[in-house]
Amino acid sequence: MSLNESASAIFSESPGKIALRTLARDKRSWISLSILGTIILLALFAPLYAHVIAKTDPFASTLNATITLHGKTVSVLEPSTTGLGLGVTPIGPTWDIHKYFLGADGQGRDVMARLLYGGRNTLFIGTSAGLITIILSLLIGMIAGYRRGWVDAVLSRILDVIWAFPVYLLAISLSVVLLTSGLKIGFLHFGPGSMALPITIIGVVYIPYVARPIRGQVLAMREREFVRAAVGTGAKHSTIVFREILPNVMPAVLVFIPIMIALSMLTESALSFLSIGVQPPSASWGTIINDGLALLYTRPVVALAPGLMIVLTAAALNLYGDAVRDALDPKTRARGD
Amino acid sequence: MLSFIAKRFSAMIFVLVSISILVFLIFFATPGVDPAARIAGRNADQQTLMQVRASFELDKPLPARYLSMMKHLFVSQDLTSYVNRGAKVLPQLFQAIPATLSLVIGAALIWLFVGIFLGVFAASSKRKWIDPTISVLGIIGISLPVYWLGEVVNLITQSKLHNSVFKWVPALGYVSLTANPWQWFLHLLFPWLTLALLYAGIYIRVLRSEILGVMKEDYIKTERAKGASEKRILYKHATRMSLITIVSLFGLDFGALVGGSALLTEVVFGIQGVGKLTFDSLQNFDLPVIMATVMYASFFVVFMNALVDIVYAVLDPRVRRV
Repeated sequence: MSLNESASAIFSESPGKIALRTLARDKRSWISLSILGTIILLALFAPLYAHVIAKTDPFASTLNATITLHGKTVSVLEPSTTGLGLGVTPIGPTWDIHKYFLGADGQGRDVMARLLYGGRNTLFIGTSAGLITIILSLLIGMIAGYRRGWVDAVLSRILDVIWAFPVYLLAISLSVVLLTSGLKIGFLHFGPGSMALPITIIGVVYIPYVARPIRGQVLAMREREFVRAAVGTGAKHSTIVFREILPNVMPAVLVFIPIMIALSMLTESALSFLSIGVQPPSASWGTIINDGLALLYTRPVVALAPGLMIVLTAAALNLYGDAVRDALDPKTRARGD
Repeated sequence: MLSFIAKRFSAMIFVLVSISILVFLIFFATPGVDPAARIAGRNADQQTLMQVRASFELDKPLPARYLSMMKHLFVSQDLTSYVNRGAKVLPQLFQAIPATLSLVIGAALIWLFVGIFLGVFAASSKRKWIDPTISVLGIIGISLPVYWLGEVVNLITQSKLHNSVFKWVPALGYVSLTANPWQWFLHLLFPWLTLALLYAGIYIRVLRSEILGVMKEDYIKTERAKGASEKRILYKHATRMSLITIVSLFGLDFGALVGGSALLTEVVFGIQGVGKLTFDSLQNFDLPVIMATVMYASFFVVFMNALVDIVYAVLDPRVRRV
C-alpha cells in the first residue's frame, strides 16, 4: 500500500479526489472546458457543415464558380480591378451560413469549411504531439532519475543537447528534410506530407522541457523516506516505480498536459504558417493564415479567423492548466498566483 | 567557484559540438535524403548528380566532410554557400546579426520595463481586479502566435489607416542603426511592441507572484518586527530578491529569441536578421549557411544558459555543489 492510499484510508478522501473537487468548483475550469468543448464540436462537425450545410468541397479550387446573393449572381473570384488588374479578389464574408459564410480564399474555397477542417488537423496534431512529449518525457525522466549513474548521465547529456538546440530551428530543420523524403523508423513508414511527421517532430523537440523537471523530481524523491522504506522492505523496482514514485510525479505531469498541448498546437501552426507543417490540400489553422497572407489587405478575414481560433484554443488550454495547477497544489493558490 | 565555471564551460563545448554533429546528420545522414538531388534540382540526370557530388565533396565519407566543414567554419573561416557558389557564409551571418540584436534588445527593454513596473505595482496593490487581469494578461501572452499578431499589426498600420493615422509608419523592412538612426527606430517600433506584448504579460505575472511569495518569508517578518516601513520592505527586500528569478527567466528568453525564436517575427516584418537568413537557407537546402546560423544560435542559447547558471551560483552558493 502506498502512502497515498494509506492516507486516504485514514482521511477517507484521497488527494486526487480533493483536487478534482477543487477543480470542479473553479470557475476557470468550466469557462475553459466549455470553450474547448465548443471548438472540438465545431471541428467534429466539419464534414457535416461542408457537405450538408454549405455543399462545398473545401479541398478543391473552384476558379469560376458563381453564387446567387440577394437575387444577384456574383462570381466567387472577382478579377482584380486595382493595380495591374492581375490576380483575383475572392468573395468576402456573406454571413450566410449556406454559402461562403466567411468568404472564399484565393482559390475560391469556402473559408468557413476550411476553418473547421483545419481545426481538426490542428487539434489532432497538437494533442497527439503534446501527449507524445508527455509520455516520452515521463519515461525518460523516470528512468534517468531512478537509475541514476551512467544511464542518467547519458540521458541528461542528450536532453542538454536538444534543450540547447533552439526549438524552432530544430523543428524547422527536421521538417524541411523529412517533408520531402518521409521518415522510416523500423517498420513505420511515414510518407512525405504525412500528418505523422509534424506530430513526431513537435513531440520530440519539447521533450527536455518536461523530462528535465520530472527527472529532478524523481531524483529528489528517491531520497525520501517512503521510497527508502520501500527499498528497505525489499520491494521490487517495478513496485517502487509504479506504486511509490509514479503516483507522486503525476501531479506535475497532469499540469503539463494542457500546457504542452497548447504549445504543440502553437508550434504546429507556426510550422504550417512557414509552409513546412501540414501540406496542401489539407488545411490547418496555420496553413489558412498562410493562405490569407496574400489577401491580408483585401480579405483580412481569411488570416484573422484561424488566428483567433488559435488564440482562443490556446488560451482556454492554458487557463485550464492554471486551474489544474492550483487544484493540485493549494500552496500556489495561497501565494496569490 | 572557478571549478564550477570550468565545468560549465566544458559542458557548453560538449553541447555545441553535439549540436553541430546533429545538424550535419539531419541534413546528410537522414535515410532517404539525397543532398545532391536537392542541390541539382528536380529531374537532374545521373551525370549532373555525379558532377554535383564531386563538386560539393558529397562523395567523400561523412566524418571527413564534417571535419572539413568545421575547419572551414571555425579555423579558416572561409566556408562558402552551396547555392551562391563562392559567396562566403560568415560575412552574411555577421551582416544579419545587428538586425536580430536590434529587434530582440529593443523588445526586451520594453517588456522588462513594463513587466517590472507593472509587476511591482500589481504586487503592492490590493485592488480586487488586479488578480484576474494579470492572469488573463499572462495567458494571452503565451497563447498568441507571434506571426499572427504581427500580421494583425501590419493590417492595422499598413492598410487603410496607413493613409491617415499611421502615415508615419514606414514600409516593412529594416534600416541599420548606423545608416539612419531615426528610420531604424521607426522601422523597428512595431516589431518591438509586438514582441514585447507577448513577454510583458508573463513577466508581470511571474514578478508579482515572486514578490508575494518572498513577502511571506521569515526575514521579511523580521524586518517588519524591526519596524521597517512597508515601502522599504517592498522595494529594498522583496523586489530585489524577486528580480533574481526575473534575471534567470530573462536570460533564457533572450537566448531563445536571439537563437531562433525571433525567426517568425523577422519573417513577418521583413527584417533581414539571422532568423530570416536561416529560413531562406533552409528552403534552399543551403547547408553551410544553416550550419553557421544554427551554430551561432545554439551558441547564444548555451551561453545564456551558462550565464544564468553562473549568476545563480554567485547569488546562491548551494547551487555550486550540484
